[in-house]
Amino acid sequence: MRSAIGQPISRVDGPAKVRGQARYAGEFQPHGLVHAVLVTSTIVQGRIIAIDDSEALRVPGVMAVISHLNAPRLPWHIPEQRPVVDPKAGEPLHLFQGPEVHFNGQPVALVIAGTLEGATEAAARVQVSYAPANGVTMFDEASARPPHPDTASAGRPGTTSRGDADAALAQAAVRIDATYRQPREHHNAIEPHVTIAAWDGDHLTLYDKTQWVDNDRQEVAHALGISESQIRVISPFVGGAFGSALRTWPHVIAAAIAAREVRRPVRLELTRRQLYSGIGFRPRTEQRIALGADRDGRLQAVVHEATAQTARYEEYAETTVNTTTKAYACRNVRTAYRLADMNINSPCPMRAPGTVTGIFALETAMDELAVALNMDPLELRLRNFADHDQHQQHPWSSNELQACYRAAAEKFGWHRRPQQPGTLRHDGKQVGYGMAMTMYPANREAASASVSVFANGTALIRSAASDMGPGTYTSMTQVAAECLGLPVDKIGFELGDTDLPVAPVHGGSITMASVGNAVMAACRSVESRLIDLARAPGSGPFAGVKLADLVCRDGAVMRASGAVGEAVPYGELLRRCGLSKLDSESHAEPGEEEEQFSSSAFGAVFAEVHVDAGLGTIRVPRLVGAYDIGRVVNPKIARSQCIGGMVGGIGMALLEAAEWDARFGRVMNSNLAEYLVPVCADVGELDVTFVASDDRNFNPLGVKGVAEIAICGVAPAIGNAIYNATGRRLRDLPFTPARLLAG
Amino acid sequence: MRPFAYSRAPDVQAAIAHAGAGAEFIAGGTDMLQLLQEDLRSPATLIDINGLSLTGIGTDGDALQIGALTRLSEVAAHPDIRNRFPVVSEALEATASAQVRNMATVGGNLLQRTRCLYFRDATMPCNKRQPGSGCPAQDGCNELNAILGGSADCIAVHPSDLAVALVALDARLVIAGPAGERRIAIADLHRLPGDAPHIETVLDPGELITAVRLPMAMADRKSAYVKVRHRASFEWAIASCAVTLSLSGQTVQDSRIVAGGVATRPWRLPQVEAALAGQRLDAPTIRAAAETAAEGAAPRPGNAWKVPLQQRTVARAISTAAGVP
Ligand SMILES: Cc1cc2nc3c(=O)[nH]c(=O)nc-3n(C[C@H](O)[C@H](O)[C@H](O)COP(=O)(O)OP(=O)(O)OC[C@H]3O[C@@H](n4cnc5c(N)ncnc54)[C@H](O)[C@@H]3O)c2cc1C
Repeated sequence: MRSAIGQPISRVDGPAKVRGQARYAGEFQPHGLVHAVLVTSTIVQGRIIAIDDSEALRVPGVMAVISHLNAPRLPWHIPEQRPVVDPKAGEPLHLFQGPEVHFNGQPVALVIAGTLEGATEAAARVQVSYAPANGVTMFDEASARPPHPDTASAGRPGTTSRGDADAALAQAAVRIDATYRQPREHHNAIEPHVTIAAWDGDHLTLYDKTQWVDNDRQEVAHALGISESQIRVISPFVGGAFGSALRTWPHVIAAAIAAREVRRPVRLELTRRQLYSGIGFRPRTEQRIALGADRDGRLQAVVHEATAQTARYEEYAETTVNTTTKAYACRNVRTAYRLADMNINSPCPMRAPGTVTGIFALETAMDELAVALNMDPLELRLRNFADHDQHQQHPWSSNELQACYRAAAEKFGWHRRPQQPGTLRHDGKQVGYGMAMTMYPANREAASASVSVFANGTALIRSAASDMGPGTYTSMTQVAAECLGLPVDKIGFELGDTDLPVAPVHGGSITMASVGNAVMAACRSVESRLIDLARAPGSGPFAGVKLADLVCRDGAVMRASGAVGEAVPYGELLRRCGLSKLDSESHAEPGEEEEQFSSSAFGAVFAEVHVDAGLGTIRVPRLVGAYDIGRVVNPKIARSQCIGGMVGGIGMALLEAAEWDARFGRVMNSNLAEYLVPVCADVGELDVTFVASDDRNFNPLGVKGVAEIAICGVAPAIGNAIYNATGRRLRDLPFTPARLLAG
Repeated sequence: MRPFAYSRAPDVQAAIAHAGAGAEFIAGGTDMLQLLQEDLRSPATLIDINGLSLTGIGTDGDALQIGALTRLSEVAAHPDIRNRFPVVSEALEATASAQVRNMATVGGNLLQRTRCLYFRDATMPCNKRQPGSGCPAQDGCNELNAILGGSADCIAVHPSDLAVALVALDARLVIAGPAGERRIAIADLHRLPGDAPHIETVLDPGELITAVRLPMAMADRKSAYVKVRHRASFEWAIASCAVTLSLSGQTVQDSRIVAGGVATRPWRLPQVEAALAGQRLDAPTIRAAAETAAEGAAPRPGNAWKVPLQQRTVARAISTAAGVP
């Protein structure tokens, strides 16, 4: 039978999505559903002194206005072991528990009405009076501080150092030292965040947009002070999230409170504008990178200092500088990470959080160093290849970065790159070539999955995982098909429900390596049960045959020798034994390999840009990426992940920025007309190659994960190409006509 | 969004009769729905004018007349527009997206409201929305605001691409109102903000634009519409320029040069026109003329970069129209 893993099959949930049959959280219709709309603050800091809801309550159909004045006091426990998706210091917003306001756009009241229109109108009629106080709305690097110890010990240390980077820098033959800025950016998934909460007695069902149903259940249980067993969270489809649905946001709990108050199922959806303050975002970050090298381009010193904004009530922090500690071979490396507290809503992970930011600065700096050395930027990177992880002092579990460089350079035609900036022209435009290295840590968490094999020859796999778009449904189906030896169309996969076996967060590119191995383990365990069944004295078709003589192959139990006796397909086996189905559940988790190896996905991205020097417009006709993502379960959906990441990278490079008005502490372009993301016309040819790779050191399936890596490296490759086209070095994202024209 | 009454006008007279006093027209709705949803407008009544027979394009006397309810996509594709007034097709094809153009109408396009970030956010002060509340754009997020035609009370850009092209064609508007029909030059439609930025046009309450007339005398001119934006599509102009030229050989007999995306209304550039008059068009002449394009500009620190951009956009549009490399 043909191997299912590695086949470019189309997504198994595609037909349902195209036909509108895939039900997203906001589309469930529990009986008696009513609507809730948030009222949000207009000051950055201070207290609510009064809420006048009299006009709102007069709007026909309004059932309640909930605020700190009348909301139940909730225990809002913090779990002892904080969920991986939550900041490690400070506390999340406790909605409607007091009059304090921490940022502009904070939910301060909730209006519930029979219709969305009624709730919307009434929300606009709620009058909130404030006693404003001074808040911090300016990003001030000088006042930044190191992370809290609990943040530091969770992989975001304030400083790391090996060797003596500053001394080595001072002595280096060639040096560059520059500052790079990245603005606040927003996920802007097409599906807004929406929660439907329905109580049945003291049992709560939540239909929610989430990348982690188990976390939703845990956090809501802690906030409300009820047991997790009283809560079920359902989230079969997610319409894009990019990290925005990793955490359980305050509005989820607000929906649960509201539904309990009005004794009806409540649907709470954030408006597009509310998505800029009701969930998180990629924090504004400023970075300094200093590189020192000898005349041959060998790195002697690397200094990377980053400062990011964070909320005053809660300390979100990123791994911005971590890549720099292991990206290149260098004896002297120092990193620093600091946080600037502001009156803002808490930032949160957005595709490749921290890493994409750090790589933007590092890979731009490497290009600057190549210029200073008068060396080909690709050659500079090859000379500094890190053949092991010099930070953790571990070998890589696999590393095909050099193959990525070769494959992408070849496909791109890097040898045609003009040596001198500003010398290549096409159609009146300046043409430039640029490249960047990219990497993203490969991680894995414990996960469980169950398998049921049915008498009709089909199988159903289940795990409380999520599919925010990358293709979990499809890739897990392929893993199960391969393991069970059944055709893909005989396999079903269910996810997104807390009633299913526990799965880790659908983030950090870990789903394939975590849930995939659990699915594999579950298939193995059901196979051993099938063999037991086949050997069962009396009823089994292979009664009396030795265990070692039987195998599962091609969807059937058969003799290992293959020669003697017939193969019994699973369905037939169950029928013969009078069973309708056979279940098994299993668990997979990382082991000692975590202590022995460093694991990472790698890649190389090459960009061609065309710059209209007169008008300052920049277009990207071509991106070429080659990636080492371990074993590729489905090249078609893996490619989709990569081109999605590339498009995100084009947005980061050229378009995306929250316009921040510090006087009001508010994002001013909080809608999709003015917050620009790429449209089709901004996307040229996207070429994706996966180099041969299979990382069994990291996990039995050999996969590393692909999602976040694909956005990393794109912005610096584009920026480096702009330099090659124009001789202008842009260090502040996004690279706009305003920046290009400004001297 | 607040509740409103909805009525469908059967004819122009009925539409006018019901308009004014809390009633507003809705055509394609592509801007009106944003205004309603964001609580920027709360009319008591919406008068749907889509049933009026104000669609279609045809010759009428000395002009090509476009009904005010004609969809932008239809106008852009019409052979008489493409062949004889291509600057209109170019401006429209650079407008919004194909989907928006299928809904949006000519009249609505001219009367769409500004994209100023402060106007569009109902929680912000804005003299256009709430006279006297202030203009935070003056010292705020104003990278894309107007460098020309602004006042201390307002620096909001007029966002229409079509209006810029129409001024370059000296188009006329046909307006129906309680006092009967009148015609005005498109260049006179929009007012400078001055100290009353909430009054954006010379239309009286209840007046309806019924048609746009392109003078046949302006047909077949050399022309160009150049639009600069961050994205390659689907974005309002950060700077634009419409040029129509009447040439004798390479010598300019007459020109109309209009800037968009940089001013509080479509911004005609008489000084550039004067600098070109009687000149043979070559690169240095164009460059010199375009240097004057930002005369009178009063940029804020945040949008001063638009001054050179405007000059270059104007130069590009003139060269493109004239076919000068
Ligand atoms: C995402 C997006 C991108 C866009 N990009 C661009 C762009 O790049 N360039 C550009 O120029 N425009 C752009 N637009 C704006 C778009 O062109 C306008 O919204 C559209 O033309 C308005 O026409 P409408 O028929 O939908 O008007 P409506 O929204 O129905 O009405 C707009 C206004 O005009 C009034 N009105 C309409 N018709 C008449 C009439 N005949 N007489 C009197 N009053 C009338 C209405 O009362 C209302 O005040 C964009 C719009 C969107 C949504």
